[in-house]
Amino acid sequence: MEQKTNIIELKHITKTYKDGFSAVSDLSLEVKKGEFITFLGPSGCGKTTTLRMIAGFDVPTEGDILLNGTSITELPPNERPINTVFQRYALFPHMNIYENIAFGLRQKKMPENIIVKKIKKVLELVDLEGFEKRSIDTLSGGQQQRVAIARAVVNEPQILLLDEPLGALDLKMRKEMQLELKEMHRELGITFIYVTHDQEEALTMSDKIVVMAEGKMQQIGTPEDIYNEPANAFVADFIGDSNIFNGIMTGKLKARFCGGEFACVDDFEEGTHITAVVRPEDVLLTEPGQGKIRGIVTSVIFKGMHYEITIESGKNEIIAQSVNSAAAGDRVGIYVEPDNIHIMLAEDHTNIFAAEINRNYELEYNGKVLDVQLTDLIKGSRLTEDGTLLDGNGLELDRNKLRIKISIKPTDIELTDEQEEGLVQGYISNLIYKGDHYSYVIHTDLEQDFVVNDEYLWNMEDQVGLLMPVDKMVFTVKK
Amino acid sequence: MQKKILSRKSLGIPYMIFLALFVMAPLFVLIYYAFTNGQGEITIQNLTGFFSDPNTLGTLCYSFGIAAVTTAVCLLLAYPVAYVLATSHLKEKSVILLLFIMPMWINFSLRITALKELLTWLEGNLAYHPFLNTVIGMTYDFLPFMILPIYTTISKLDGALLEAARDLGAGELQAFLKVTLPLSLPGIISGVSMVFLPAMTNYVVLDMLYNSTYIMGSLIGSYFASYNWHGGSMIALILLGIVCLFTLLTRGDEEETARGGVLL
Repeated sequence: MEQKTNIIELKHITKTYKDGFSAVSDLSLEVKKGEFITFLGPSGCGKTTTLRMIAGFDVPTEGDILLNGTSITELPPNERPINTVFQRYALFPHMNIYENIAFGLRQKKMPENIIVKKIKKVLELVDLEGFEKRSIDTLSGGQQQRVAIARAVVNEPQILLLDEPLGALDLKMRKEMQLELKEMHRELGITFIYVTHDQEEALTMSDKIVVMAEGKMQQIGTPEDIYNEPANAFVADFIGDSNIFNGIMTGKLKARFCGGEFACVDDFEEGTHITAVVRPEDVLLTEPGQGKIRGIVTSVIFKGMHYEITIESGKNEIIAQSVNSAAAGDRVGIYVEPDNIHIMLAEDHTNIFAAEINRNYELEYNGKVLDVQLTDLIKGSRLTEDGTLLDGNGLELDRNKLRIKISIKPTDIELTDEQEEGLVQGYISNLIYKGDHYSYVIHTDLEQDFVVNDEYLWNMEDQVGLLMPVDKMVFTVKK
Repeated sequence: MQKKILSRKSLGIPYMIFLALFVMAPLFVLIYYAFTNGQGEITIQNLTGFFSDPNTLGTLCYSFGIAAVTTAVCLLLAYPVAYVLATSHLKEKSVILLLFIMPMWINFSLRITALKELLTWLEGNLAYHPFLNTVIGMTYDFLPFMILPIYTTISKLDGALLEAARDLGAGELQAFLKVTLPLSLPGIISGVSMVFLPAMTNYVVLDMLYNSTYIMGSLIGSYFASYNWHGGSMIALILLGIVCLFTLLTRGDEEETARGGVLL
């Protein structure tokens, strides 16, 4: 079989804005000719920025973009053989449909008789025959979308970029357009790069999915790979519904999580901290006592094709999907087939941040003095009466040259409504439910992300203070 | 229920009275005088008189010339300013815009007097360049009315449209000519009608800058000053006709004009 060539390559792309915000950091990616590739992620994950850099509207701060092996990083958008279907269509309101679609061809100074033919053909492709003379505002959203696609496709670009093109359509229309786009991709043979936050859309349409979060690529793979073998808890949580638990390996192919010991197929060393992911459809309900763990059904919701059953087991909550109903209050056993348990290494979420030393040789973070003596941190050091710090050998230490790093575990931080009481304040930018607790990411006012595990439920965007007990902090001093 | 509607409608009564007394009635008086002569007989002599008198036709042409040149100069000055302001990412954008429209808040005669002093100092005697001085004075007076509507339309322009144009192969100039310019047309029309029409009649600027040539406004004034109400009314009516014609011509873009029209 012929090896397909890379049409576009992103090499260590970073985009940092003037205010220091990094939209995309160190993204590398290869797209093969003719592929349908989707950037998937929550809003603000950098997927649209990446698309804009490929289109040429944004220039990466670092890195290189290669098209067929040649760098196009600095090339303006009008010189790239790439066309875009915009999120809100961006059709020219002062032109009719014919003129809209002809825009790109006219820029190429194509003779009018060829333009007429091409437009007729492309309007057939998008099922809008005879719409040439209509004006844009007589069209429905779906029709405008088709014109936008026709306007881009008619230029026969090497790559077609689609920025959440179906976002403004209703559900039924969206499903139809998904299939049509897929069909169009097959017919035209052009490389499609698609951006969406809708995981179902991504799974339905793509040959390959790039899952992104916070400007970084989380995983790249086929829809099956992404769904069945998520690379980390974020991907597992974002793609489909998942039960995510923290656990530990207790032996060869044996893991303990959610209050039970389960056989699994992923091999990690005994004692390793792990994250276990179980899809709701893989949670099997049995007679109490027959499963690995026991639980009580707390709620049952009918979802059309199946029932969604919530089970409480000890401190954990498990979601199951089943074609058989259950009743709240039922006692059940829970069993999961070994190959339906997906185990990955627990990510080390220890928070590390730097403290400053103020003029009085006290430790300070976010303008607050920490209740810890600097002399306790540096062995043998002492403060003299005139206010200088001497080390064990009596040599003066310059406070500006000392680096103090503080690390603290996610479980040791507490969240509070009384923001001012916290050492630092921020808002909740991400949350994942892990069976018996929530794992939060808090983006602080000092632009740092803290991971906090808390059993209480907070909401996205909640403003919170972070309480960090000094006795749970680990200090490292670098000179 | 009936009562409520009545009471709501009655809110409009003061304005209706105002409209009847100060707009409708004078209009009928104007029409009456325009088509009668000193003896009260109905005649179109005033109309034919206007178009057969080389002096009045000359004044019409001169007014037209002043207004056209003023409008053109305003447009040429205002468009780049409005464009740069609307498309820049400057934080002080609104302050700069304020600087451009601030003259509007200073007393008109004070402004023109200041301009007069400046021009006298530059030219020695204002009488040397009456046309030029009038255009300068009017441009100075009307420029903000051109900048604001254009600025508003350009800043409301969807940036994605320009990106789409670039994406489809247009260079920066092409994107401007094919997207920005046509889409800012409502603002231009709005600005032109706000400058052109007043410029045809505003004879105060001419007076203050010692331009003794008549424009339409001063012509009407002179007729009434010499108690020829019939001739004066006809000229006023003709001017009204020109305004209506102009409005009709730009009517196709009525909706957009409303969108592009500011004002303070």
